[in-house]
Amino acid sequence: MGPLLMSPITDNNTAFIIASVIKVLVFFGVYLVTVALLTLAERKVSAWIQDRHGPNRAGPGGLFQPVADGIKNFMKEELSPGAGNTVLFTLAPAIAFCTAMVSWAVIPFAAPLPTPWGVVTLSIADLPVGFIFTLAISSLGVFGITLAGWSSNNKYSLLGGLRSSAQMISYEISMGLSIIPILLLAGNVTMGSIIQQQQHGGWNVLNLSVAFLTFLISAFAETNRLPFDLPEAESELVAGYHTEYSSMKFSMFFIAEFANMLTASGMMATLFLGGWDIPFTAWDNSGDPSVLKTILTLMSFALKAGFFLFLYMWIRWTLPRFRYDQLMSLGWRFLLPLSLGYIVLIASLLLGLQAAGVEQGAIQTGVLLVVNIVVLILIFVVFDRGRLVSPTTSRMSAAEMLRLRTQDREGAVGVASVRPEPGMGD
Amino acid sequence: MTIKVKVMDRPVEQVSYVRATLSGLAHTFKHLVDPHKVTTQYPEEKEALSKRWRGTHRMLTDEDGKAKCVGCGLCPTVCPANCIKLVPGEDEQGNRFPLVFEIDEFRCIFCGYCQEVCPEEAIHLGRHYENAEYTRDGFVYDLERLTSQTHPVSELWDPADPAGE
Repeated sequence: MGPLLMSPITDNNTAFIIASVIKVLVFFGVYLVTVALLTLAERKVSAWIQDRHGPNRAGPGGLFQPVADGIKNFMKEELSPGAGNTVLFTLAPAIAFCTAMVSWAVIPFAAPLPTPWGVVTLSIADLPVGFIFTLAISSLGVFGITLAGWSSNNKYSLLGGLRSSAQMISYEISMGLSIIPILLLAGNVTMGSIIQQQQHGGWNVLNLSVAFLTFLISAFAETNRLPFDLPEAESELVAGYHTEYSSMKFSMFFIAEFANMLTASGMMATLFLGGWDIPFTAWDNSGDPSVLKTILTLMSFALKAGFFLFLYMWIRWTLPRFRYDQLMSLGWRFLLPLSLGYIVLIASLLLGLQAAGVEQGAIQTGVLLVVNIVVLILIFVVFDRGRLVSPTTSRMSAAEMLRLRTQDREGAVGVASVRPEPGMGD
Repeated sequence: MTIKVKVMDRPVEQVSYVRATLSGLAHTFKHLVDPHKVTTQYPEEKEALSKRWRGTHRMLTDEDGKAKCVGCGLCPTVCPANCIKLVPGEDEQGNRFPLVFEIDEFRCIFCGYCQEVCPEEAIHLGRHYENAEYTRDGFVYDLERLTSQTHPVSELWDPADPAGE
């Protein structure tokens, strides 16, 4: 019944191709402009947080700053390291750029648009594999970064590339696992059916708050944003994997990073905030499609994605970078068991509800919400006591810590044997 | 010999990453919406200079528009950077005046000794800092340029008013 599930204009292949071409062209125009504006937004938000004004010279309020940056980058000299692998060195930014562009394709950004030639679904490709496609493509993106690090023949680049691959592989697991509860609820992987399920059964941020949390953290790690920007870690690795890059090649990595941010925000909005659904009304998802509906749902989606984009920037300019072992322990020792346990919890809960005869609707949402609140309290009160993020040593028992402390009071402690406390909560 | 390390006596039970993160986010958000920004929008707004700001020089003139300098040679003598070039001259009435008076602002360290030592209160440092030039030669200010400057001159340090208020 969902209009998104209808395949668009099936009876006329030519019309489908024309519609797709128009969608792709319009989409890429809008997408690239958005990415350009995001670079400006990032600088503006960072400036405001630091009590500055940010770029405000080029155009009204600095609006043309991205254009100026683009022209500057085109004019820069393009260098490639003499001892590096030139082919891979050139290929790497292209891989990063293309995967970042393609991964958006399955995200529906508005209600279907009625045209004189039929109803057009507003996602580039309404693939039956849905978000699995996005996951797959974003996994390919790691090749761009790793190859960039390797082909530069530079130790800092290589370290950045290595970190990136380790980080992406670790967090992809918890990212994939945090989506499985959504599958259990929606029963399908297409974006359309997930949105439909949320329109009827409440947004997944309430249904599956814990999955939302793990997905959010994993998405930050997947897009290499602070506090997980270890691949570029400018204070340790010069500029990480793009140390050797200059001119437009460097810009491609930059664009790819922002495009990945945009895709991750779109994914989170679609999977957890109901996509283009307008809350508290069924008007947008029932009845015939209309242009007004399309515009309003598009704005709704933009607001949701924009919220996540702002969150990205806000967190980036608030939190310091994780240490490498903290990053790994958070991924493997906390997020992975949490998302696995949550799958079991939700699966058994849904099975129990089904046995009790409760179908999708208010009661199901209520039960899930209560369970989520309980789990969240458990996480934040019981686990978040110096255990969420590992202290400066990898693992230290309370007894060991006590021993070190008493030793310190006696004044016979070498510098190597004492480390500061898990000082996260200053 | 051991190094004492200060270990914070903070039990693990009181440490929370999430709480610290949330309070940090609240803090940054407060700054984000705070309309007070510290930037000075430079070409439009300018910071107020101190009265004792020592910038590029100015030669004061008498009522006839002639430089007050009598070519006594004290400023090139006292100048630690050796940036003042002075060739004194004398007219028929026996009035001394500078034939050549050049200050290389590139060499100048803006110590203010020339202003302090000048018996005629002719050479002054100015309250001025926008002195960019396209060539190095442009930084050699001759007498004509020094007399034609209009910016306010800096004041000497007054022992009776050490804070300059």
